[in-house]
Order: sequence, then structure tokens, then C-alpha cells
Amino acid sequence: MTALLQVEDLRVAYGKIEAVKGISFSVEAGQVVTLIGTNGAGKTTTLRTLSGLLKPVGGQILFDGKPLTGVPAHKIVALGLAHSPEGRHIFPRLSIAENLQLGAFLRKDKEGIEQDIQRAYDLFPILGERRKQAAGTLSGGEQQMLAMGRALMSRPKLLMLDEPSMGLSPIMMQKIMATIAELKSQGTTILLVEQNAQAALSLADQGHVMEVGSIVLSGSGQELLHDESVRKAYLGED
Amino acid sequence: MNTLPQQLANGLFLGSMYGLIAIGYTMVYGIVQLINFAHGEIFMTGGFGALTVYLALPDGISMWIALPAMLVGGALVAVLIAVGAERFAYRPLRGAPRLAPLITAIGLSLALQQLVFNLYPNAKTSRVFPQLPFGPYHLGSITVQSGDVFLIIAAPLCMAVLAFFVRLSRTGRAMQATAQDPDTARLMGIDTNRIIVIAFAIGGLFAAVAGTAYGFKYGNVEYTMGFLAGLKAFTAAVLGGIGNIYGAMLGGLVLGLAEAMATAYIADIPGMQQLGGQGWAPVWAFVLLILVLLIRPQGLLGERVADRA
Ligand SMILES: Nc1ncnc2c1ncn2[C@@H]1O[C@H](COP(=O)(O)OP(=O)(O)OP(=O)(O)O)[C@@H](O)[C@H]1O
Ligand SMILES: [Mg+2]
Repeated sequence: MTALLQVEDLRVAYGKIEAVKGISFSVEAGQVVTLIGTNGAGKTTTLRTLSGLLKPVGGQILFDGKPLTGVPAHKIVALGLAHSPEGRHIFPRLSIAENLQLGAFLRKDKEGIEQDIQRAYDLFPILGERRKQAAGTLSGGEQQMLAMGRALMSRPKLLMLDEPSMGLSPIMMQKIMATIAELKSQGTTILLVEQNAQAALSLADQGHVMEVGSIVLSGSGQELLHDESVRKAYLGED
Repeated sequence: MNTLPQQLANGLFLGSMYGLIAIGYTMVYGIVQLINFAHGEIFMTGGFGALTVYLALPDGISMWIALPAMLVGGALVAVLIAVGAERFAYRPLRGAPRLAPLITAIGLSLALQQLVFNLYPNAKTSRVFPQLPFGPYHLGSITVQSGDVFLIIAAPLCMAVLAFFVRLSRTGRAMQATAQDPDTARLMGIDTNRIIVIAFAIGGLFAAVAGTAYGFKYGNVEYTMGFLAGLKAFTAAVLGGIGNIYGAMLGGLVLGLAEAMATAYIADIPGMQQLGGQGWAPVWAFVLLILVLLIRPQGLLGERVADRA
């Protein structure tokens, strides 16, 4: 079976500086795949390239059998790739409900959109309670829920989450991770970028460790969780 | 004759015109953080576009038929120039240092002036503009000219339509999203290039209404009319809080009122006899701008920059 997402020798540069230096990996439908790695490893750059915000200088991206390179960002979400960006990036002066509606910007099925908004409220009840409130007034964790809910509103085939636990309290982080696990159990395919390697690897079917623009180690979530070098570098053990 | 109510009314009429032009500055700035200094000239070409349509119509035609045609013609010209400027002058410079589009805007502004000066028949000084066939009206001590009637109907109408469009339409929602976070807007499937074009087009449309109003109000149009009017409308946009459409209209009205008051009454203040009159109007406009920026840098309705991130 061919993978939902197939990345081949992807290279991305900012000016002359290459931030992603030829990485290859794939995501099968139904899987959770995680990219972990230190600051500046190129994880965000990779996701931003997949969703079309950055242009690669080389390599291939196949999504659902179609090449993504050269497709403008606003057309990629229509193909089924949703991206919840690092730092959440909710629209601060729009309400929660309006943010969710924007996640479904390209959909025409009004009833389906309403149902999915309700589903987002079921997933994150606090969003439902505050639906009229400006999104910029939410706490960091609530904004993260909104960003995830908004990304789900396009009914993506692949959901990309960039550091959903960043800057959250331990309780909030647990809640977000539990939500990702729930999405996984519902069959959502997820590409998860995380600094919290322990949580990410526990959830993931596949994991890849990035260092300065390259994938240095790949394996199943469990393999990486028990890999000595990973434990030393990312799980704070010595 | 020039009673206080009359001065206030004059300020409102003038301010409505500034507000209509200011919308163009504020929409474009809100979406692409660009000051389109050629916008004053887009206002000017809107006026000339309306005049051209009038001249092309048969002699003696009713102004009630001519007016809509003039508005459409003016809008067509102004929107085409605004959208063309975006496409061919500003878009290639996106991502370039801020100074580059700014200088381009000034160049474009001069080029448009010179084009009209050289190519429009008999435009070396000013061209007589047709008048609306009604008024003046007398309301108590206030006299309202036909051009002012046009302004006080057109400005609120345009503003209301714009407010509904931005708030309630799908494209309006996409504009808000693009203004707040352009990259994330693209992730939602919004074609931000299209949104930028629409912002320029709306600016052009409003400028054309204002340019036509200018012709009705002053009885003629000149190739230089965009310079001061544009600068004052820009002032109005900053005054109201650039990026905010309600701020642009409010800023226009405040500026118009301040200008009318200052030109009428400053000379009555002992020791300031030389500072009254029309020639000083721009000075008072910019004094007001500086004062507001000192007290409230984000403008009357603007959000503090920190809130925008
Ligand atoms: N806009 C930019 N211009 C220039 N260099 C950039 C830009 N964005 C990122 N970089 C550089 O590219 C490299 C990869 O950055 P990236 O944000 O992809 O890392 P990351 O793995 O997501 O890190 P983090 O875990 O801190 O989010 C870094 O060296 C970074 O400094
Ligand atoms: Mg990152």
C-alpha cells in the first residue's frame, strides 16, 4: 500500500542556509507519526513546507498520490492536509466560533460544518462555553484547543500539529495529549511535532529524530522510547 | 453668515470626503502593511474618470442618468489603476525592504499626475465638473450645497455597505483573517493574493466616489487635487487608527471638523490673526495629527501593536 504522505529527500533553505537537508519519511493512513528533535532542528520548517508556506529547494512531496511541491498554500488544505501551526496562531480578534468557521473556509456543506463545530465543542467544552468570546482573550491552553479544533474543521486526511504542548502547564499538556490519543483512536492520521518526546513517542506508531536538518534516527514509537541515545538526549536521562 | 453650525456642517462634509479616501489607505495597510502613497492620485483619476463619462454622454442629458454612469466610470478607472498598481508595482516588491514600495508609491503618484497633466485634454490647469441639479438647501442658518448633499448621503451609505461586507460576507471574514495573520489565513484555504486585490479595489471604489464628490463640491477637478487630499486622508487614517475602517471614517470626520474650526476661528484668538484662513488648513491638520500621535500613538480606534501579534 502506498503511504498517504511520502516525503523524499526534501531540502528547504532560508536564503543560503539550508534548514532541512534532504529528509525522507512517510505517513500511512491511520498512523500517528512524530518528528522530535532539539530547537532549530528543522521540524517547523518541514511542516511549513508540507503545507506550502515555504518552497522547497529540492525533493518530492507526494500527498494522496499527488505532488505537493509548487501547489500554493491555500490549495493544499483543499487536498486534505491541515496544519495547526507552532505558536497556535489563532485569529485573536475573531470569536471562537468564527475561528472554527474559518477552519472550514473551503467547505460548502453548512450542516456538516455546524455538526463539526458542535463536535469541536464536545471535544473541548470550554470552547463551546465561550464561543462568542474573542479568541485572543483565551489562555494559552485554550488557544491550543482552538487551533486544533480549527485544523480539524477542514475534515483533513492528515492533521499536522506543531508543538501542541508548547508553553502549557503539565495538566493542560496532559489534556492535549489525551485529546491527540482520542483523535488517533478515532482513526485520524496525525503528523505530530513535539519537544515533549516522552509523550509524543508513547502515542506514535512511527518516530523520527531530527538534528540540524537531518533525520538521524527512525523507528517505531516504542523502539525510540527505549533507545539509549534518545533517552539520553531527549528524555533527560543519563 | 459663517456661523458655528455652518462651520460644523462644512467640517462634516469635508470630513466625509477625507473619510472615503482614508478607507483606501486603511484597508491596504490593514492587509499588507503598505502605505499606498499613490492613493491620492487614484482619487484624482476617479474624478477624471467620472468627468470623462459625463463628457462622453450626449449634451443636456439629465444628471440623474449621468450620475450613476459617472460613478461607474470613475470607479472603473480608479479600481483598474489601484488593482494595476498592486499587481505590477507593489506585488513584485512584497518581501522587499519597506522603503522600496514606499518609493515606488511616490514614483507612481508623480507618474499618474504627469499622465493626466500631459494626456488628458485641457487638464493643464483644471477642468470644469458638472453640477448636480438641486439645492442649495437652507436649514436654519446652514446652507447645504448639492455636492455636500451627495457627500452626506454617499459616505454613510458606502461605510454601511463596507461594514456589512467585512462583517458578514465570506470574503469579508477572509479579509479579517488575512489582516490578523496572513500565513495562517493561507492555511485556512484563503487565497491571500486575491484578498489583497480586493482591498485595493475597495480602496479604489471609495476613492472614485470621493473624487466624483470633489468635482461636485468644488466645481472642477485638477490633476493636482490628489496631493493634499491624499495627504489629509492619510492623516485621517492614522488619526483614526490605521487598519481600522471605522477609524478611517472617524478620523476623516474629526480632521474635517478640526480643519473647519481652525480655519474659521483661530484668527480670532488674540495674537494669531495671521494664522487663519484656508491656506493654513493643512498646517492645522498635521498639528492635530502630531497631537493625537503624542497622546494616543495607535490612533483613536487603533489597537496597540502588542495586541495585534
Ligand atoms: N524565517 C527564517 N529565516 C531564517 N532562518 C530561519 C527562519 N525560520 C527558521 N530558521 C532557521 O531554520 C532552522 C530550523 O528552524 P525550525 O523552526 O524549523 O526548527 P524547529 O525544529 O521547529 O525548532 P523548535 O523546536 O525550536 O521549534 C533554525 O536554524 C532556524 O534558525
Ligand atoms: Mg518549531
